[in-house]
Amino acid sequence: MIALEHLSKVFTSHGQTVAAVDDVNLEVGEGELHVLIGPSGSGKTTTMRMINRLETPTSGRITIDGRDVRTLDVVELRRSIGYVIQQGGLLPHFTVAENVAMVPRLLGWKRQQRRERAHELLALVGLPPERFADRYPRQLSGGQQQRVGVARALAADPPIVLMDEPFGAVDPITRKQLQRELRRIQGEVKKTIVFVTHDIAEAFLLGDRIVLMSEGRVVQNGPPADLLRRPAAPYVTAFIGEDRGLRALAYTSLSEVAMAVPNAVPVTGAILPGTLSLVEAGRELVAVGPANGDGFWVGDEVGNPSGYVTYRQFATEIAERLAAEGVVGESAEAVMADAVPR
Amino acid sequence: MRGDPLEFITYISEHEEQFLRLLGQHLQVTLLSVAIGIAIALPLAVVVVRVDRLAKPMTTLANVGQTIPSLAILGLMLPILGIGFLPTLFALTIRAILPIFLNAYVGIRGVDRAVVDAARGMGTSNSQLLLLVELPLASPVIFAGIQTATVQNIGIATLAAYIGGGGLGDLILQGLAMLDTSVLLAGAVPVALLAMVTEIILGRLRRVVVPRGLQIDIK
Ligand SMILES: Nc1ncnc2c1ncn2[C@@H]1O[C@H](COP(=O)(O)OP(=O)(O)OP(=O)(O)O)[C@@H](O)[C@H]1O
Ligand SMILES: [Mg+2]
Repeated sequence: MIALEHLSKVFTSHGQTVAAVDDVNLEVGEGELHVLIGPSGSGKTTTMRMINRLETPTSGRITIDGRDVRTLDVVELRRSIGYVIQQGGLLPHFTVAENVAMVPRLLGWKRQQRRERAHELLALVGLPPERFADRYPRQLSGGQQQRVGVARALAADPPIVLMDEPFGAVDPITRKQLQRELRRIQGEVKKTIVFVTHDIAEAFLLGDRIVLMSEGRVVQNGPPADLLRRPAAPYVTAFIGEDRGLRALAYTSLSEVAMAVPNAVPVTGAILPGTLSLVEAGRELVAVGPANGDGFWVGDEVGNPSGYVTYRQFATEIAERLAAEGVVGESAEAVMADAVPR
Repeated sequence: MRGDPLEFITYISEHEEQFLRLLGQHLQVTLLSVAIGIAIALPLAVVVVRVDRLAKPMTTLANVGQTIPSLAILGLMLPILGIGFLPTLFALTIRAILPIFLNAYVGIRGVDRAVVDAARGMGTSNSQLLLLVELPLASPVIFAGIQTATVQNIGIATLAAYIGGGGLGDLILQGLAMLDTSVLLAGAVPVALLAMVTEIILGRLRRVVVPRGLQIDIK
């Protein structure tokens, strides 16, 4: 676990002082992905760079698994933390495979072992090693370079990974793809990740928790759903922006809207997992097709039917959420049309 | 002046032994000065890049140093080092240090901050950062400095003749004294050719020294 305690950083340049980070407290649990988000200059990068000691805090402290990072050897500390920076920061004179195997090289791995590891990771980030391993960074597109950056951060299997706008420089489509892949990879390797972005959609897609920063301070720190439903300040609502109604759908699970029903009621028709979001449930219903009855069953963790939702109720839940956020027009209709089978 | 200009070729072939000796001296003092220049300037540049407050005074010093005429350095060293090979080597080394230092300093400073940052973040020690990242990435600029120093010193080495340091300058001085164009050209033309050939050879060598990933025409 990474813990930031009363962390502050003041920069002095040209006689002016900037409180880049101001009394930040954070706890990133093992295997969790926390997103730091906020406008430009809100201190996200500086916060992150204090974790691997690229910046020195003015006050406060950082511990990893209870140990103050200042007491650790800085070179060893950094080798145990994967680091992805915005522009990729690939070494232009190293091949892709050599880039990926940089930390293993610093750790003294054998050449053959490094190469195998590099190939493994290139495959993991969707770059077929036989095509990409021996290229140079200049011969890759921006999105491919960022994949290499991610592969490189994971190469020595560090328990912690810091990612500073890792998908910043790519088009929206590639970006979506990289985000999905990161989710998949995170599902497989379960790292403790601090992820910086200024893309709210990315934050909601990836974060177990979202830490919204402004002017060096944490405005709200919580699971994505909390930022939607219990914004700590008007600023949070303003930052999350226009389409929060749709996001609210994505962060409301079926089990929250299902009515408990006595066991005696006969179970017919589909049983949908309670963990599905309203949006996912809508898609699922469309996929299942026309069904008998006036609604569907919701299952508990082990798949036993534990609640019931009528189609009418389902549609109402969706409409209310959209209306509450003032979302009207096409997008709402689209969701409704999707959600309710005819 | 008298004689057919192309007669210098005849002069060289008739004085082959003398010519080769002077050519050898010329090359020796030039290459040695560049080698010592690298040995001094490169570590110096590395230190100055690391120690920020040395940067301003050192680069200023180097720039001012560039403007001192080579002949003045020879003259100034006369009371201390006397005449012959040593003061020549000294003056040429000073001349070599300046461009090599400036290029190395600028080259290392100019390495992409993002790359250095990523490398530090991955846990490179100071020496690993230097050897694996900064020097290879600065190598095109550093090498250009060495190239400049070498070609320039081939020319400057002719001045050695004034203080008995030998080299092809001997022939130039002789030619001037004797008002004999063929002798003068027997020194001057080979110096010019030597500079050109060196430029070409170093250009080739550059492709070996500069990492492949940095070369323009990789496919
Ligand atoms: N080395 C530095 N010297 C002086 N000021 C700095 C330095 N690094 C950052 N700052 C200042 O600290 C503040 C926070 O910067 P930081 O880079 O952490 O912001 P950020 O949230 O990452 O912004 P962005 O989204 O633009 O990357 C800014 O006002 C910035 O100008
Ligand atoms: Mg930043």
